[in-house]
Amino acid sequence: MKELLLGKLDGQALPHEWFTILGSITFILATIATIILITRLKRWKWLWNEWLTSVDPKKIGIMYFIVGGFMLVRGGIDAIMIWLQQAISVDGSQGYLSADHFQQVFTAHGNIMVFFVAMAFIFGLINYIVPLQIGARDLASPFLNTLGFWLYVGGVVMVNMFFLLGGEYAATGWLAVAPLSGKEFSPGVGVDYWIWSLQISGVGTTLAAINFIMTILKMRAPGMTLWKMPLFTWGSLCSMLMAVTVFPLLTATLFLMFFDRYLGMHFFTTSGGGNPMMYTNLIWMWGHPEVYILMLPAFGAFSEIVSTFSRKSIASYTSNVLGMIGVSVFALSVWLHHFFTMGASANVNAFFGVMTMVIAIPTAVLFFSWIATMYKGRIRYDTPMLWFLGFVAIFTIGGIAGLLLAIPPVDFQLHNSLFLVAHFHSNVIGGVLFGIFAGLAYWFPKISGYRLNERIGRYAFWSWIVGFLMAFVPMYILGLMGATRRLDHYDSSTGWQPFYVMSLMGGIIIMVGVALQLVQIVASFMQKRRLHDSTGDPWNGRTLEWAVTSPPPSYNFTVIPEVSSRDAFWKMKQHGLRRPVYEDIRMPRNTGSGIYISIFAFLVGFGFVWEIIWLVVVSLIAIIGFVIARTFDEDIEYTLTAAEVEKLELAREKKNHAHYAHGRVDAEDMGLREFVVTVIKWVLDVIKNRRWRTW
Amino acid sequence: MVAHKQMDHEEAANDRVMFGFWVYLMTDLLMFAVLFAVYAVLKDSTAGGPAGRDLFRLPLALQETLLLLTSSFTCGLGMIAARQGNKRQVLGWFGATFILGLAFLSLELIEFAEIIHEGYTWQTSAFLSAFFSLVGTHGLHITFGLLWMAITLWFVVKRGLTNNMVRKLALLSLFWHFLDIVWIFIFTIVYLGAFV
Amino acid sequence: MTQHKNKRSGTRPVLLLVAGLAGLGTTILMLLAGVDVRLLNPKGVIADQQLWLMLFSFFLIMTIAVPTLFVLYSFAWKYRESNTNAPYDPVSRTGKFSVATMWVLPTIFMILLALVMWPATQRLEPKKTIAADGKPPLTVQVVAMRWKWLFIYPEQNIATVNYVHIPVDRSIQFELTADEVSMSSFWVPHLGGQLYAMTGHVNTLNLVASEPGQYPGSTAEINGAGFAGMKFTVQASSTEDFNRWVQDMKTSSDMLDASEYNKLLKPSENHPKVLYSAADPGLYSKLLMKYTGSQKHKIEHHEAGH
Repeated sequence: MKELLLGKLDGQALPHEWFTILGSITFILATIATIILITRLKRWKWLWNEWLTSVDPKKIGIMYFIVGGFMLVRGGIDAIMIWLQQAISVDGSQGYLSADHFQQVFTAHGNIMVFFVAMAFIFGLINYIVPLQIGARDLASPFLNTLGFWLYVGGVVMVNMFFLLGGEYAATGWLAVAPLSGKEFSPGVGVDYWIWSLQISGVGTTLAAINFIMTILKMRAPGMTLWKMPLFTWGSLCSMLMAVTVFPLLTATLFLMFFDRYLGMHFFTTSGGGNPMMYTNLIWMWGHPEVYILMLPAFGAFSEIVSTFSRKSIASYTSNVLGMIGVSVFALSVWLHHFFTMGASANVNAFFGVMTMVIAIPTAVLFFSWIATMYKGRIRYDTPMLWFLGFVAIFTIGGIAGLLLAIPPVDFQLHNSLFLVAHFHSNVIGGVLFGIFAGLAYWFPKISGYRLNERIGRYAFWSWIVGFLMAFVPMYILGLMGATRRLDHYDSSTGWQPFYVMSLMGGIIIMVGVALQLVQIVASFMQKRRLHDSTGDPWNGRTLEWAVTSPPPSYNFTVIPEVSSRDAFWKMKQHGLRRPVYEDIRMPRNTGSGIYISIFAFLVGFGFVWEIIWLVVVSLIAIIGFVIARTFDEDIEYTLTAAEVEKLELAREKKNHAHYAHGRVDAEDMGLREFVVTVIKWVLDVIKNRRWRTW
Repeated sequence: MVAHKQMDHEEAANDRVMFGFWVYLMTDLLMFAVLFAVYAVLKDSTAGGPAGRDLFRLPLALQETLLLLTSSFTCGLGMIAARQGNKRQVLGWFGATFILGLAFLSLELIEFAEIIHEGYTWQTSAFLSAFFSLVGTHGLHITFGLLWMAITLWFVVKRGLTNNMVRKLALLSLFWHFLDIVWIFIFTIVYLGAFV
Repeated sequence: MTQHKNKRSGTRPVLLLVAGLAGLGTTILMLLAGVDVRLLNPKGVIADQQLWLMLFSFFLIMTIAVPTLFVLYSFAWKYRESNTNAPYDPVSRTGKFSVATMWVLPTIFMILLALVMWPATQRLEPKKTIAADGKPPLTVQVVAMRWKWLFIYPEQNIATVNYVHIPVDRSIQFELTADEVSMSSFWVPHLGGQLYAMTGHVNTLNLVASEPGQYPGSTAEINGAGFAGMKFTVQASSTEDFNRWVQDMKTSSDMLDASEYNKLLKPSENHPKVLYSAADPGLYSKLLMKYTGSQKHKIEHHEAGH
């Protein structure tokens, strides 16, 4: 009877290891603290109506940033744990983590960083910026947008669920290669949590990608042909076309893995005719394009940043676009380079090696286009441009390493070594993450209405650069010394330990960089009146998002602009901006159906992990019910009359002037010392005057 | 695509939704592609158990194919009726589609039950895992299609044949034709392919 | 955000960075003194060729990467806002020639790289035996298990765990498979690259040692909790010493029969070295058949020299 009700859940599943207890307490306390805070501020209704059920891509974008930000901290803690373990576990010492626990930590680290941090930040940027850039008010399907976001959140909850129930995550590496991830070698619930966290958020990603494609192809402003689109939009389009192509592969593969584990099927088992090598092929057919899905919007963002900050139109727009398309197309043909050492024949290996090298060609074209843009430009080095310079160096280092790895006989010596780990971190951190940082610094004024503190931003940037080099250059060397990745202990006779220690020190400096970025945001908020962006165009931008106020109104544009060239806003500025005209606007209503469906999607996954069949059945029925309710709901829009729009616009203008009147633009940004002093003064003020009573 | 202002709001929304649904169908097709590829790789991994030619009955598969093909035909007639605004015919033709689809599903379930009754399940071998997963996933899609059909027809009765309803029927019929095409591939690659 | 700030913060961080990089580089070089950088220290012809290929490719790539980065950072410096001497043109005027160069230049480099890479890949295919003084290759059957490596010498009829003794200057043909463990990767960095050992498959890896010595080996693919401890030693010696070792092995009291094999199959970590005087001759094919059923397993031998 108990099994019918609770499946495999029993007392053993409750936290009883130090890290599950610690993790559970952290999450529970954080949740309680949040609940108390919201209740005291009486913001439940506001939270529900303004944010959680919102279908506004700007709000959804911000929510992606917030959740992604928390997961960045969680993944970063995993990274420090890995560094610490490898710095001390020499000779007799097993360090402070058991081998199995250590393996769970790096698996979680990889999953979280790729799926729940990088994807989240990229989707957040695309959500916020692309509609503004193409002159649209919203995405094609507001419902799919909120559904995609909440499914992502479902995945986030699932990947952290093991702290509370189950006590273990997958210990297989971030892609859970078969047969290690099969029931035979991983009998616990760890891999099941892995499957369902990726499956739920993966479906969310696919839906979001369909939505972005529909938006970019069908909702551009009149006159904006494909060849007049901004480059960030192009990068996003290429990325999302890849996403709809390869995420279904992941969905199918995860289902097959699930069938093996749950229904005793034999897709990837070592018995019954199963074929583990097939899993390797399938998962990397998804896995390799995935990293380019992350990279292409970053390329697009960099193109726009270089152009804006060089005060010059992008050099050879066509080659730039063809370069991004080339990368997307070729990315689909290289997956075997992840397993040259699995035993394919020389010709097969060589073919995939050549295809991998071919990707370097369109990438090089992008670099040349940026160089040509900087030529005879007048470059100002605000933070976004600094991140670009850092990206160039680190991404190139990673790219050189990647070209070496693309040569099969060389890869035979470097596969699965720390050289490989340093390579992909160089490309993902130097490329994707720096691109996200640059994009956030570039578009932050648009999103918040005030720009970021430049001074602390520079400190954060340099911390990242120094920290990154100190952490990953030793890793390249360790790879050449023959150090394999994922080792939980090793001998001192190898001579590896000093390099692991140096790497740990670099990691700590990176953490300082992250802390400085958080400080930067808080310091900017503190000085937001002074840093206020009154024109909506702080960088003298070229694309349409700079034509609206910062932050934009919920409907983005009062009137959809007519576009006649690339760098549409630049053209508009040269011809003089027009007096605004008002018209009726159809807006989508908020909806909670995204949340409800995702809750039950989570419960389906949870039910499958613990084999609680009634929960699965009930949740599936609930999902179907909500989908029917939503798709047959005819009342999903409302109209903002022209008069209401005019009223809103005048109110915004008044608020804008009020800010501007108080702002002083010429003084220097707050430095670290001033920040610390301000915080201490504020804390003392709160305590002395017991301000929490009035919050 | 470009003449946004010329299309009115509803037309533009229709156009977008149809396009988006096509993109979704492509993702579904890719998922089936994986199942087909996996089937092709594992077709001969029978682990000492039965292969396709030992288990499949071509006459039954042919019946299933004819049922599904006919249901696609009636579905097409239903769509024509929908665009003509003929509510009675819509209910009739889509009702026929539903019954044919249900018959298809029943035959498929009977086929599965027979194989399992002989003692061979998806746990017996990689080949059988691949077979049940590929054909079963298609059957699951058919089931969802039938559910979607029933609910849509109910709403047509309640709300009448509005523009929105016609659009929903168009999406449904796209889905139904798509499943028919996938079935053609299954019939060819799985059933006929077992005897080649 | 004004010009004076740019000037103040422009040069100082760059100089600091250069100083920091120099410091990092010096520290690393100092740490590397007296340490075995295995990939740069080949002890056999295969590892040697793989290193040569890596260094050649690295320098080839650098001939395009270094100038590109140099130009980019030079432009970044020259066209900075505070340099009012530099020309400024707000419109990009990249001509057809520049665009063609953008595409053609990297293409040429990749073609060069590919022209080197393809024949090298074929030459260094793991299953190709290496011609070494006309001697036939020495076959060693390798079984990856949880979490140890079993070596069977079919011709000499001896077996070892986590230890393999080979003669120098003779092609060793490792036939890799696995039993009751997930994919593992057989790797001896001093002698050459790795290859996966998987259940139900035989992957052939040919390696050669050119000087006597002890070379560490391990699994480079994670396969469970005991992954880090799954290490073995390759002892390379002269042919006379090798033959003597084989004779000594015959006097060992341990035998690798079926029951001993089953004991080995049980999971164990940091397994000590074991030497067996005799091995059940059908053991290897039997354990393969566990996974492949009645299908016969062909092991291809490539007699082509390198």
